[in-house]
Order: sequence, then C-alpha cells, then structure tokens
Amino acid sequence: MDDKRRRFLKLAGLSAVAGIGAPSAFNLLLKGEVNASSPAPASHGTESPGSGHGEAPTGVRLGMVIDVNKFAENPGMAQKCVDGCHQTHNVPIFLDSKGQVNPKDAIKWIWKEPFENLFPDHSHYRRNDALHELPFLALCNHCDNPPCVRACPTKATFKQKNGSVIMDFHRCIGCRFCMAACPYGARSFNWRSPRERDENGNLKFIKNLNEKFPTRMRGVVEKCNFCAERISEGLPPKCVEATGDTGAMIFGDMNDPNAPISQVLKSTFTIQRKPALGTLPSVFYII
Amino acid sequence: MIEKALKGSNVYIGWLVFLSVLILAGVVSYAQQYQYGLGYTGMSRDVSWGIYISQFTFLVGVAAGGVMIVLPYYVHNFKDFGRITILGEFLAIASVAMCLLFIMADLGQPTRALNVLLHPTPNSMLFWDMIVLNGYLFLNILVGWVVLHSEYKGTKYPKWLKPFIWLSLPWAISIHTVTAMLYCGLPGRHFWLTAIIAPRFLASAFAAGPSLLLFIALVLKRVTKFDLGDVARDKIITIIGYAAILNFFFLGLEFFVAYYSDIPGHKHALDYLFWGLEGHDNLVGFMRLSLVLGGLGLALFWIPQTRSNEKTVMAACVLVFSSLWIDKGLGFVLGGFVPTPLEYVTEYYPTFGEILITMGVWSTGFLILTILYKVAISVKLEKES
Amino acid sequence: MYDKGKIIPGIIVFVCLLIFPILYNSGSAGVLPNPEKPKDQKECVKDKQYMRTTHMQLINDWRDEVLREGNREKVVVQGKKYDKSLMNGCMTCHTNKKKFCDECHVYASVYPYCWDCHFVPKETI
Repeated sequence: MDDKRRRFLKLAGLSAVAGIGAPSAFNLLLKGEVNASSPAPASHGTESPGSGHGEAPTGVRLGMVIDVNKFAENPGMAQKCVDGCHQTHNVPIFLDSKGQVNPKDAIKWIWKEPFENLFPDHSHYRRNDALHELPFLALCNHCDNPPCVRACPTKATFKQKNGSVIMDFHRCIGCRFCMAACPYGARSFNWRSPRERDENGNLKFIKNLNEKFPTRMRGVVEKCNFCAERISEGLPPKCVEATGDTGAMIFGDMNDPNAPISQVLKSTFTIQRKPALGTLPSVFYII
Repeated sequence: MIEKALKGSNVYIGWLVFLSVLILAGVVSYAQQYQYGLGYTGMSRDVSWGIYISQFTFLVGVAAGGVMIVLPYYVHNFKDFGRITILGEFLAIASVAMCLLFIMADLGQPTRALNVLLHPTPNSMLFWDMIVLNGYLFLNILVGWVVLHSEYKGTKYPKWLKPFIWLSLPWAISIHTVTAMLYCGLPGRHFWLTAIIAPRFLASAFAAGPSLLLFIALVLKRVTKFDLGDVARDKIITIIGYAAILNFFFLGLEFFVAYYSDIPGHKHALDYLFWGLEGHDNLVGFMRLSLVLGGLGLALFWIPQTRSNEKTVMAACVLVFSSLWIDKGLGFVLGGFVPTPLEYVTEYYPTFGEILITMGVWSTGFLILTILYKVAISVKLEKES
Repeated sequence: MYDKGKIIPGIIVFVCLLIFPILYNSGSAGVLPNPEKPKDQKECVKDKQYMRTTHMQLINDWRDEVLREGNREKVVVQGKKYDKSLMNGCMTCHTNKKKFCDECHVYASVYPYCWDCHFVPKETI
C-alpha cells in the first residue's frame, strides 16, 4: 500500500478517534472503570513506542501460560520440555576440554530456573520453601513491547504479526545489543561454531540432529522462536507438546476470547516477569 | 604536506616500528578470533560485552574531549589555543578511528556490518551512533586537513569551511550523548538506567581528552621545538580540573541515589564494583585505584605549586587519564552486566588474545595520531622559523 | 622525465602482472559446468531460464515471506506443492548438492553461506 496514503489514513483515523473518543475515555477514567496504569494484557495492537508494529487489536497475539503446580505434580517434565525444544531446534551443548558443559558459551532457548532468579523483583523475605524447589521454566517472553527489537540496528530481530518475536539469522551482525537490552536474559550468542566436527566428521555439540531445522552459525544471536516453524503446520510448540495432556502449558491466541488460554487468563491469577518494565510479556505463570 | 610524515628522527621511526609490531600482533590475534568466533575472548552469555565495547565507549569520550580545545579558539576567539587546535582535531580523528575498529572487532559477523546501512533502523541507538561517529570522523578530517593546508600555504582557511567548523562543535557533544544512549535506554540494566549517564560521559570526556592532549603537547615540547605556550597550558589545566570535578560529583550522585534509596537493584552494580558482590570482586581493586588516582591527579592540578610545574602537570595528566580509563574503559560497561537479569554474578576476564587485539587497535590509533601530529608540528615549525 | 629508468620498467612489470591471468587462461574456457537435474522431476517452481538467473533472488524473497510476513503458504505449480524453503523445498528434489549447486557455484567462484546453517541432503555429505 502506498506509504503516504497509509500514513495519512492512520493520522486521520487517530485524530478522529481522539476527537470522538477522548471525552468518553476521560469520563471512563474519572469513573474509575479503567485502570490507567495497567495496560490490558491483550494490548497487542496499541502503537507501543519503538515497537514499530501496529496491528488491529483483533489480530492474533500468541501467548503462553505455565502452570507450575502441574510441573510439581510431574517431576522430570520440565526437563522433557527443555530437551524436546533443544533437540528440535538443534541447540548445541558446548563442552569444555574436560567434557563438562561450558556455561560461558551456553545457548539456551528454554531452561529451568529457581523462583527467586526468575522473579527477582518479588519479595523473598520469609520465603515459601516449597515454592523455591519448584522447577520454573524460563524462555523468551515474546514481549508486546520488546526492547530487543527496539535495540537491533538491522531489524534482524523483529515482531511477527502474531506477536511472536523472532530472529532472522541471515541478517544478524552479532553486535549483541539485543542481549544487553533483554531484561529477561533470554538471548544467547554463538560464541563459536555450533557445527564443529570431530575427527570422524560427527557434530561435536549437537547430538540427535533434526534435519528439518537448520543450525546457526558462529557470530549470531539466537533465542526461542515460539516454534514459528511448527505453528505454521498447526502443531503446538515443542515444549507444550512435551507436557502432553497435563495442561501444564497452555498456548494460543490471547485475542481470541474462546481460546483456552483466554479462559485461563480470565479465571486464574497469573504473574508475569518484571511487569514494571512495561515490556508486556506474553508468558504468564500460575503459581 | 603528507611527505612530512615520511622523514623523521630515529626516535620517530623507532616509535612507528614499535607501534607496527603491536599492530601486527593484534592483526594475527584478530585472524584467530575471526576463525574461531568471539568465544576467543573472555565474553560470555552473561557478560556479553567486554573490553572492546568498553574501550570504544571510553574513546568516544577522548574524541569528544578535543572539542574543549577547538571550541574556545573558534567560538570565543581564544588565540592562545591557536597552536593546539589542530592537535584537538587530529586527536578526534585517531580516537574515532579506534572506536570504529573496536566496533568491528566486537561484531560476530563483521562481513555483514553494512547491514546497518542496508536495513536502516532509526529506533536503534546503534544506527544513530554509526551516523554520528562517521560524521564526526568526516568533519574532523575535513576541518583539520583544510586548516592545516591553508597554514602550510600561508593563508587563512577558506570561508566555506566555517559552517563545518561550527557544525563539528555540537557534533562532538552528540557523539558522546548518543553513545550514552546506547546504555541508558535499556530496561532492566539498573546501573545504566540513569539520565545522568550522558552528562557524566561528557564530563569525563572533557577531562580525559584534554589530559591526553596536554600530556602529548608537553612531551612534544621536550622532544621537538613545539611549545604550546604557558597560557594555553594553564587554560587546559583549568578545563581538566573542572571537568574532572564534575565527573566525580556525578559519580557521587550515583552513590547517593543508590545507597540512600537503598533499592537493591540500584546498589548491586556499585556493590560489585567497589566492595564485591557475593564474593565476586575482580574489579574492586581497579575501581578503588581509579578513585585514588583521580583524587591525586585533581590535587596536582589544583595545588598552585604543582600546577605550574611541568613535570607534576604531566604526572597529573597520566593520573587523571588512567583514573577515567578505569572508570569508563573498564568499570562502566562490565559493571552493567552484574548481576545478570536473572540475578547471577558472572565475572569477566579478558583473554590474552583479546588483550593483544585491544593493544593492536590502540596502537593503530597512536600510529594515526603520530603521523598526523608529525605533519602538523612540521608545518607549524616550518612556518614559524 | 625524471627516473625514466625506474618508471618505465616498473610500468611494464605492472602491466605484465595485470594481464598474466588472462594470457595464462587464454584459448580455453575451462570445463563448463553441467549441473545434474533430478531425474524423476520434470518441473521446477519457475522455468529453467528464470531459475538459472534469479534463483538466489527467489530464495531470498521466500525467506523474507516465510520469516518476516509469516506467510508459509506453499507454492503450487501444476498441482504440485512446494515448501518455500531451501532445505525442505529445493533440496527435496535437488538431492545432490555437489552435482547441482556446486557445479556452477565452484565454476563461478561463488560460495554462499547457506550450508553454514542449513543441511545438505544426506547422500551428498
């Protein structure tokens, strides 16, 4: 579409909405019917500054609810999610010369994290011991207002129409600005080649290769892609699949009021990581 | 004019050879890094920027600091800076060249660097940093060279240059402001998330840049016939003195906000840098040394006896420059990564190869600086004799 | 002219070096590339000429459509569906990278970095 016309229409539409809507919105606020400071979770579509993507609020916004209680009932399931994801996406495990996992080079798409590290802003005073032993899963929050997308100088990381934040590995220059920008530590860098081979020509760091999905190359940033390649085929994300029918992870379109995820979010108390930063995460936790 | 750089004393040639050897070591190390990937360095998933980006940040300051010499001469017609203005401009060229090299050394995919132009992204501060840095490099090459060439021919610089000179002044401020914005606009990194970063960067830049310049000018006075003049020297000392005080004042404000508010997130990085956090304290010695060196340097700059003695002034320059290098070229960037967003403490140690690359880039900068200064000094001495 | 004795031989040496590769290879075009097409396939997503000149552009566009626009709709040509994918599209028919891709790429000294991340079908590794 013609860019100028588009901009004009946007502007015209905005002024019209402002003109018609402002008085009534103001009234609503005065009556206290809307809480001005907390944006609705399904706000995908509001022109958030810097995100550069505007979508009608009726568009798809993918989200995920993680029910920690279900993980407590099924020990070992969290690890299954991690392994399933990392195997599907050919995430390498870098070993040092002694054959130990080397945390310096680590690449993680989804991983287990204790409560106090995942939610450092929550009070850990007089902590609840049971809570601190639960296996929480950490992954990219696919923020509605992603700081990484704002920081990327080449649009190598960007927000898709369905709300997921993904990477174009072909374009990434490896400046790692996104890693500094992400407040959730969700991003990993390929400090060395994930495709290194041993003397027999076998990949050293990737076992159980998935030949349907590429690896990465050294010098690019990577992270969870909300299984963009699986969703397009109508499959759930791999981690969700690994939880089977336990209902430990619920995935779907948060803008569809009939979707199970919307029902859960409406009826259950959930928390998000670092909500004060205004990034509007798409991943919710049931404690 | 460039032919002046080809002939020189044995000391000059020896210095160039020495720098070239260091550059070569850096090039060899870089070839290894290019082959292996950035895992060649000490950087990690948790501390994803290291000594390259911190040197870059510091050197943007040195480049911007030159404006403190250029501005009084062109704007306030302060004639005593006439002899050293060109030194300020050439220092900016060498510093920006180092900045660009450090950025290239830090890229995971350096061959794709031009993607920044191919896919321009105005919402990224790195995009703007690229524009202001390259613009500043261009402005300083243009202004420095044309002014010097006019002097070489015995004329005043042409009128058309005036707008470029004026433009270069706010531009100097812009490079360090945009560089500060790389850091202070990131949510979730408490240490950087403060509006005082840009002013503090500028204050430290206006102390570090002129310190280096004054030191070099005093060395030149000893080894050549070039004399910057007592008035100019005294004026630069005043500039450094106030700028360094401002820098430490701003640092004090950071301390106040963190420890009076008592918000853990605001205290963590300062704890790590000056006292150690959860047993991790590899920067504590450096940061405390920075304060001591800065204090000593400031004292030497302000005590009338040491202020008028060239030897103590040179010592003060080294002290202040080193102090600010530790503060910004080490602590500022590394401290921002502690603790991680998941509240772990990971420490960073540069590798040997990484240090060689860093020294290679510094040597490249000093090689450029030496050649440019050689040309400038030769022209000036020739005209005066 | 000053330094005639140095400049003229210098120019001659320079020109000789410059044209040496051309003289060295003159008269032979080398072995022409002959990419082997899949035997059990008749059609591609576009005609031969287009694919020859523009396949890199096509792959580039596919990548942007799939990744950036989320448009993974399959390409349908004469009733056959193709994935817009190098690894899961092109290479499912063109199973032999060595005899297909490399044949021209090596000849033209073009080394795209596709295979740093994507996989070559098993039989040609």
